[in-house]
Amino acid sequence: MTAAAMARSRAAPLALGFGTLVVAILAVEVLIRIGVINKFIVPLPSQIALAFGRVITEEDLGERFRLTFLEALTAGVMITVAGVALGLLLFRVNLLRQATETWVAAMASAPTVLMYPLFLVIFGRNVWTIIMMGFVAGLPPVILKTVEGLSGTRRVLINVGRSLKLTGPQLFLKILFPAALPTIFVGVRLGLIFTLINVVGVEFLINFGGLGQLINDLAERYDLPGTYAAICFVILVSVCFFVLTEWVERWLTPVE
Amino acid sequence: MATVSTLPDRTAEGLRGKAPGILVVDDIFVQFQTPDGPLVAVDHVSLSVRPGEFLAVIGPSGCGKSTLFNVVGGLLDDYRGAVTVAGETVRGPHASIGMVFQEESTFPWRTVIENVAFPLEIAGMAKAARLEKAKRFISLVGLIGFENRYPNELSGGMRQRVAIARTLASEPKILLMDEPFASLDEQTRLLLGDKVLQIQQDLEQTTLLITHNITEAVQLADRILVMSYRPGKVKRIVDIDLPRPRSSEIVSSEAFGRYVAQIWSDLREEASRGMRDDEDRALHGREHGS
Repeated sequence: MTAAAMARSRAAPLALGFGTLVVAILAVEVLIRIGVINKFIVPLPSQIALAFGRVITEEDLGERFRLTFLEALTAGVMITVAGVALGLLLFRVNLLRQATETWVAAMASAPTVLMYPLFLVIFGRNVWTIIMMGFVAGLPPVILKTVEGLSGTRRVLINVGRSLKLTGPQLFLKILFPAALPTIFVGVRLGLIFTLINVVGVEFLINFGGLGQLINDLAERYDLPGTYAAICFVILVSVCFFVLTEWVERWLTPVE
Repeated sequence: MATVSTLPDRTAEGLRGKAPGILVVDDIFVQFQTPDGPLVAVDHVSLSVRPGEFLAVIGPSGCGKSTLFNVVGGLLDDYRGAVTVAGETVRGPHASIGMVFQEESTFPWRTVIENVAFPLEIAGMAKAARLEKAKRFISLVGLIGFENRYPNELSGGMRQRVAIARTLASEPKILLMDEPFASLDEQTRLLLGDKVLQIQQDLEQTTLLITHNITEAVQLADRILVMSYRPGKVKRIVDIDLPRPRSSEIVSSEAFGRYVAQIWSDLREEASRGMRDDEDRALHGREHGS
């Protein structure tokens, strides 16, 4: 197969991606075995692969995976609903937007995970501390991208709506929101990344809940292959979210 | 033989006296506040469009054509004067006036048929009925077979035809178009002009076209209103006495050439004034900047 034919093939990117991953894993395996990477810091990939079965059967992984996924999903739904609503509010009330947009942007880059003691005091050592930390961390990008998407709606599309005498709610639902949807989804994706990082991070810090707590436990036991295997499952949660948002986006916006 | 006439009485009263207009624009005056002081964009412009007539408004850049489009379409309400549709004074967007915009205005998240059916959906028509009706207008603009395509799968000319079909679907008494072919190449522009002519003739659609393209105006219009450069005034109204039904082949006729030459001689002076004005502003801007 020529290079051009490979570039056109649908399977080629998948094969290249998978191949790159396999090569990287093999390279790490070799580098550890020849002593370039310290095996007491990074375990052999082959050991990690062998640890999967043990982590799944002995560490109640299914339940932990479900818990982390549900915490992140709850926080994800919350950031979407609240973020879009607040973004719409900032879009409609210009004074409010001018007064708060910089603060929201600053909040997006702030390490909010450090506020976990405050959330522990407010919500106690339970899932709501984890969900609310995920919510606070993931909210700003959704707000900012919603404002950006609504403000970026082309004037001519709004004028089409005005010429057809659309009411305010009609203009929002039929023109502004669909036009802003691709940008809003960028914000939701970013928000979900921040949310997931914070959910797992807080689980780790307060030693409570799903995969974050498991990583903490395994690290405390100095079970490095198990720790890395658990991290792989966190990546799996992230992949699940990515696939889910892709699916919802395609359903809502069939064509950009 | 081409005849070029100047209308001495440019007021709406005068125009009404000659023929009853379904659209009457009466003494419109629009002024904007700019950092350099007030700017008169439209200076007491009056015009009247008869039922079924195709009137083109032509003028150089900056003559207030698009401002006039926004006033007639109801998108601008800070003006003096009156716009009357079939005897009823209108202010703001009106169901009798359908607008086609210069910029690409199809909804990218809707298919062709969903775009065309949009005004019917807003009007509350049942889905089956509105899709059926939308198909008629898609057929009218020659896009049968593309009903389920998205705008990004179509060419610029096809997208503009979707926008025209969408506007026609609301069955407006008056079709108002603001340089609808401005972003298209010359050949597509001529062919799309044919399509618009055919639709206008089939539906006997009263049409007001805003354009800066002389060829387009002469090809399509029954009358052409020439506007002066800033402040935008009616400089002259030209009756286009070319046979109908017309097609783009008319552009090669001798009469067509005479009309184009006549209108260009009117416009050249205005366009030159506009160019000098732009140069002056650029020069003064540079002097202020240096």
